[in-house]
Amino acid sequence: MSKRKVKETHMPVGECISQVQMILRERFCHQRLPEKPVGMESQHKHLLELLRRTAVHGESNSVLIVGPRGSGKTMLLNCVLRELLEVKDVNKNVLPVHLNGLLQTDDRIALKEITRQLNLENVVGDKVFGSFAENLAFLLEALKKGDRSSSRPVLFILDEFDLFAHHKNQTLLYNLLDVSQSAQAPVAVIGLTCRLDVLELLEKRVKSRFSHRQIHLLSSLSFIQYLDNVRSQLSLPQDFPDTKFYDEWNDSIKTLCEDQLVVDVLQSHYNSSKDFRSLQLLLMLALSRVSASKPAIKPTDLLEASRVCMVDSKANILHGLSILELCLIIAMKHLNDIYEGEPFNFQMVHNEFKKFLQRKSHSIHNFDKPVVIKAFEHLQQLELIKSMDSSTAKIQKEYQLMKLLLDHSQIMEALQKYPQCPTDVKQWAMSAFG
Amino acid sequence: MAAQLQHLGYEDEKLQRVMERLPCRDVQASMLLALMGEQCSYPSIFIYGHRATGKSHVIHTLLKELELPYATVSCVECVSVGLLFEQVLLSLFGSDSASLLSRSPSLSDFVRVYKQLCVQASAKQTRYIVLDRAELLRDMEANLLPAFLRLQELVEDNVTVILLSEIVWDKFRPNTGCFEPLLLHFPDYSKGELQQILSEDSHPSYSPELYSAFINILLGVFYSVCRDLRELRHLAALHFSKFVEPLEQGKESDTHKLWRNIEPHLKKAMQTVYLREVSSVQWEQQLQMEEKEAGVVRGLSAHAHVELPYYSKFLLIAAYLASYNPARTDKRFFLKHHGKIKKTNFLKKHEKTSNHLLGPKPFPLDRLLAIFYSVVDSRVAPTASVFCQISSLVTLQLLNQVGHDDQLDAPKYKCAVSLDFILTISRCVYPMLYCPLVTDWNHCQTPASAAL
Repeated sequence: MSKRKVKETHMPVGECISQVQMILRERFCHQRLPEKPVGMESQHKHLLELLRRTAVHGESNSVLIVGPRGSGKTMLLNCVLRELLEVKDVNKNVLPVHLNGLLQTDDRIALKEITRQLNLENVVGDKVFGSFAENLAFLLEALKKGDRSSSRPVLFILDEFDLFAHHKNQTLLYNLLDVSQSAQAPVAVIGLTCRLDVLELLEKRVKSRFSHRQIHLLSSLSFIQYLDNVRSQLSLPQDFPDTKFYDEWNDSIKTLCEDQLVVDVLQSHYNSSKDFRSLQLLLMLALSRVSASKPAIKPTDLLEASRVCMVDSKANILHGLSILELCLIIAMKHLNDIYEGEPFNFQMVHNEFKKFLQRKSHSIHNFDKPVVIKAFEHLQQLELIKSMDSSTAKIQKEYQLMKLLLDHSQIMEALQKYPQCPTDVKQWAMSAFG
Repeated sequence: MAAQLQHLGYEDEKLQRVMERLPCRDVQASMLLALMGEQCSYPSIFIYGHRATGKSHVIHTLLKELELPYATVSCVECVSVGLLFEQVLLSLFGSDSASLLSRSPSLSDFVRVYKQLCVQASAKQTRYIVLDRAELLRDMEANLLPAFLRLQELVEDNVTVILLSEIVWDKFRPNTGCFEPLLLHFPDYSKGELQQILSEDSHPSYSPELYSAFINILLGVFYSVCRDLRELRHLAALHFSKFVEPLEQGKESDTHKLWRNIEPHLKKAMQTVYLREVSSVQWEQQLQMEEKEAGVVRGLSAHAHVELPYYSKFLLIAAYLASYNPARTDKRFFLKHHGKIKKTNFLKKHEKTSNHLLGPKPFPLDRLLAIFYSVVDSRVAPTASVFCQISSLVTLQLLNQVGHDDQLDAPKYKCAVSLDFILTISRCVYPMLYCPLVTDWNHCQTPASAAL
């Protein structure tokens, strides 16, 4: 057997970088499925076994996959489905029906969608004929006519399952779970939801037909596993055309993950949330700084990306206010301190501001009341203050009670960063009693 | 900058042109371009920043100049979701695609039609959907915002949704959470940057230095109140002709003297045009008239030119007194011979906070009439015409009726005008300022009560 010499292909750096960007972006943005999901082996096995029983042996089942946002529920389900559909018989027989609570907001729409996806006889082209009752009867008949040996198994995948529980009478859920309980066409109902208390939302008759099987995805990665995940997410796959670049890149990623600065950044991210999605956001921001002139990810990139992720948006908004608006916010802060968080109205704020102007200020001009009202209304539009009551009683706008939606520490921090803040304003903010 | 973005495959001169049209926004524009990338991008990006910080401008310039497929919708225009869907499909897929949508489409219909159209015209590049004023999406149907954030997943196409808003992302998040977009902040312009941008639209017949000096003066007056680029541009456009008037007439040419000429006008503009009390047209006419001829500017909300009948004025003054004086002090103010009043504990604890700060209090009709009869200087018979005037004051929204409409025998009212208006009225009614108006026991005595 002759040994074939592997021809080494070298591409220019720009092209390599494009390839790298494409591969990594597919992973982070398009949620391309990994080879196997990280940290959920037992859940994977459990779900695969369940679906195999439906698809191959014809047993009806229902299961709920529960986990917080971004913990990998859809990823798990898609990995399991991919593995399931690799079996030849299964691929030909199984009928998947995908429903989403955000799109199918009504039972009628949901029913039409099911009929369309199953391609039943009352669908011509794209249009579904018949009323809701007729469609429901037709669907149920179609499902009930079969039996375990001769009809095709149907997989109902309900995304955002908790939203289906808000439909009227929970008709759809009742009927689907009913079919899954009775010995008819093999049906698997798989719900994905982010609410841990989803069973409380179900009516009694629906809950009793549910098999109470729940798969929880409360991410239990340790920090070491998290770091490994980062490394594998950033590494290139084996089949990258340019081997030299592939080695260089993977080595740089390895050194990156051992750098102390990077470990600290990842530790702080891990402490606030362990889910995959926020990690992908961070890595995406770091990736966007990679270019032909800088063909590697440096620790400063990750640091900068982390800073962008963790910034306080309200502080950014406070940075852009005019000095008059800032004075009004400081006046409101003083009112909150004196009256311990009781709501205030514009007259009180104006009064406080005038006291400051009379006693302590040299740099702020005495503005007319309408100009101050305009600044106050701008703050209201930015939703930094909110009106307390939305009652219909007509109160003049200067006397409407408002509440400040900023924290004491946010205001003080914003003051430190405010560009060219006059010193008398700063001193007024830091003094104890206006 | 161009070297950093070279790998994206855009031509250098296009990038150069784009950067010229976006002054002071290079950092944000290059960050956006890097995020948009060549092939695909994050499913949703949320851009926030103050008004007139260039969010829409940067996005639209980038998308148009680099000829990327995009659809832009302003959520203000979309009273119904159907309009939003139609706009998006029209821009992305051409004019006959919107007809595939039914009459009042649901989000499910939109996704289905989009998938169909995708099959026929698959995306070679990322498609962009730009939603301006995205804070209004929160008030539309509840499923719209979460669905748009994950539109890429739902339609299985290479599409990115960009949301532009003034309000921070924390206020958008739905109850049970949603797909978190990439947050990008457009910082406000600093004073130097504002100067640079405003100086760009200088008049061709004057030197740029003169215009910069003018902008400097304008910023000096308005910067502490308003940092909105659009408003400042508007004010600059209104006032430049007045600024260069002495130059044209050949009188002055020193910048300092020009400044002295324009400054009172700018200060007056802050009270009127800045507040939109007068329209820009009125203001321009005002500026052109000579100073002697210029009368008082009739603003929109200048109550002073509302003409009320004689007794209505007294009724309004009586209403103001009834709203802002506690009922126990009526006897002291309005009777000729009142009894002794103990000095101590005169004011109840809750009245210590000035009534001016808390707002008007409701009063019954009888009290209003009692004060009216003591305030008016001639004998008035309680005829229907007097009562009628009270109702017309309510219609004019100078008084507010408190409580239910059905209460015919003892209706309650509240005064809805400010002290300045009352003072203006009382000046026509009383030759000298004799009104026993509200006395504030703690701090600021109103000027009228000081004249007691």
